[in-house]
Amino acid sequence: MINKQTLTKREIVLLITKKLNISKIQCIFLVNQVFEKMKNCLIKNEKIQISGFGKFVIRKKNIRKGRNPQTGKLIEISARKIVTFKSSPLLRRLIEKQNIKN
Amino acid sequence: MLKRELTKIIADEFNYFSYEDIESAIQIIFESMISTLKRNNRIEVRGFGSFTTRRRKPKKARNPKTGASVLVSEKMVPFFVSGKELRERMNK
Repeated sequence: MINKQTLTKREIVLLITKKLNISKIQCIFLVNQVFEKMKNCLIKNEKIQISGFGKFVIRKKNIRKGRNPQTGKLIEISARKIVTFKSSPLLRRLIEKQNIKN
Repeated sequence: MLKRELTKIIADEFNYFSYEDIESAIQIIFESMISTLKRNNRIEVRGFGSFTTRRRKPKKARNPKTGASVLVSEKMVPFFVSGKELRERMNK
């Protein structure tokens, strides 16, 4: 579900090129690399902490039993690592407040 | 990894940009994400993940120190779902 209001890398690139004197091609490259480096960091089991935004933490999930919701069949869900996002108190306050205004 | 470490890694790779430009670019990335969530809009970064806001119903909670019952009103909270590529690369 992508609409005009959804923020994607394309919109981020436009915002950056409006403010900084760098070419669009270079900027696309830069934005891609920022998210690529963040991914690489998480893959290496290292957490990411962005002040004012939040942190990305890796959690290990044990093997567990689950059901296929469509067939009801019992299946085993393998042990895995997941990324969770813990928003910073600042971001939470901003979002909460905005909602009261609406 | 902290924001300034991310900035350094990127600055080392893009040595034709000034450190200040890299710093501002990264600042714009996160600021634009914050203002998008503030407007209750969605963020989608292919391969990395997406961010949305979700409604939390009002609930009764307790002050953990005093045990007094408090009412927590309805609110919106940020929510992250990791992208397919990230999920797959994490578990390889």
